[in-house]
Amino acid sequence: MKTTVLHDKHLALNAKMIEYAGFHMPVSYAGITEEHIAVRTNMGIFDVSHMGEFIIEGQDALPFVNYLVTNIIPFDTTKVTYSLMCDESGYVVDDLLVYVINEQKVLLVVNAGNIDKDFAWVQKQAASFKVTAKNISESIAQIAIQGPLVKDIIDQIIGVSGDDLSFMTYKQVPYQDGHVIFSRTGYTGEDGFEIYGDPKYIDILWDKAIACDVVPCGLGARDTLRFEANLPLYGHEISESINPVEAGLNFAIKLEKDFIGRDALVQYKENPTRKVVGIELLQRNIPRHGYQVFKDDKQIGIITTGYLLPNVDTPVACALIDIAYAAIGTELTVQIRQNQVPAKVRNRKFYTKKYNK
Amino acid sequence: MNVLEGLLYSPSHEWVKVEGNEAWIGISDHAQHALGSVVFIELPKIGQTFKKGDAIGAVESVKAASDIYTPVSGKVLEVNDALDGSPELLNDDPYGSWIIKVELSNASELDSLLNKDAYLPLCEE
Repeated sequence: MKTTVLHDKHLALNAKMIEYAGFHMPVSYAGITEEHIAVRTNMGIFDVSHMGEFIIEGQDALPFVNYLVTNIIPFDTTKVTYSLMCDESGYVVDDLLVYVINEQKVLLVVNAGNIDKDFAWVQKQAASFKVTAKNISESIAQIAIQGPLVKDIIDQIIGVSGDDLSFMTYKQVPYQDGHVIFSRTGYTGEDGFEIYGDPKYIDILWDKAIACDVVPCGLGARDTLRFEANLPLYGHEISESINPVEAGLNFAIKLEKDFIGRDALVQYKENPTRKVVGIELLQRNIPRHGYQVFKDDKQIGIITTGYLLPNVDTPVACALIDIAYAAIGTELTVQIRQNQVPAKVRNRKFYTKKYNK
Repeated sequence: MNVLEGLLYSPSHEWVKVEGNEAWIGISDHAQHALGSVVFIELPKIGQTFKKGDAIGAVESVKAASDIYTPVSGKVLEVNDALDGSPELLNDDPYGSWIIKVELSNASELDSLLNKDAYLPLCEE
């Protein structure tokens, strides 16, 4: 199993460890609920060094990336863009963040579980462009520091202020004999920053954050936070068999440009059949990934993610269902073990995001 | 990990306390520890009958659901309703927080359960 540069620190903090995407990663330290609340009310730090990083370099770097992904990637070396990478059928190869480093160099940040598949896909697509693709995942570590109080102490950690960064922007920051990428991004719905760089720098930055009383948080809270903020997770709300229109990610799909999967998505939009909706249970229980959703006796979909969230009494979920039943308020049931538990369709706004726009 | 003398244990980490032809069933300290904070429990109904090894309900942390298996066959005489509103009692006091009380239908099944010494090694994995 692979480990990150921070692995020994997780063990020393007595984290509960799991295997995730081939890495030995912390699922929680003090407890998922405590960590979730720390990020919502205070500050938390996540080791996300398992994420994958590719560098696309060459004179076609920007045209290539714009053909590869669904969103528009402008030549702007301060902007971070969320996007999807689809196959010709419009299904999702992965979702990713795009950082334009310069006119001929772009950084793609992809999901850990998809690194090999994504890199093979990118290399295949790159063949007809004047670019080279490099998978630098092994030499880059990453931390995410998230929460409403982070902006007040981030300069103590990284040595520069983050005040000039608004949500989804970044800058390169000189650090020791090199530099790190410092962005106002995250996967929690909260204000915060992510830092990418050489593992030896990330190792130091983690210690500085812990010294500032930032609470270590594991993958468990990372998932409850991203779900509550209605951020999709690959393999759940989007996948090789769920397209981004179904997932409600239209903001990141720019049909006015040419990209892989565009035509399929245009067609799908004309005649959509499924949709990822919010669900709430009308009885206390927990609707989990993979549970079946019914209307009367007919199975009409599945739960993609669901939780009894910290400090929330009503169990909520996202579900991919037949679009005929997607109207807000539609009554459904979720099969939980032997029981059909009553539920209804609701919006997916489980939490109001607190970004620094 | 705390393992009490005088109870019987199953390899799936339930405990059984026997009194005559009746038994209380709960989950062990090891089980609650492995689960993490319990946020929900699904309990069976009084009068239901189960065979040894059947799932009688589930305990759930934020992250995961785990079935509770009955280590003995029998009919449910009582369920611990207090757990419905306060499932965290399973973390706070696993041996004080029985889940169901059953009328045993085959007392010889108790012979296959583990005493403290036999169960302890199963908590080290």
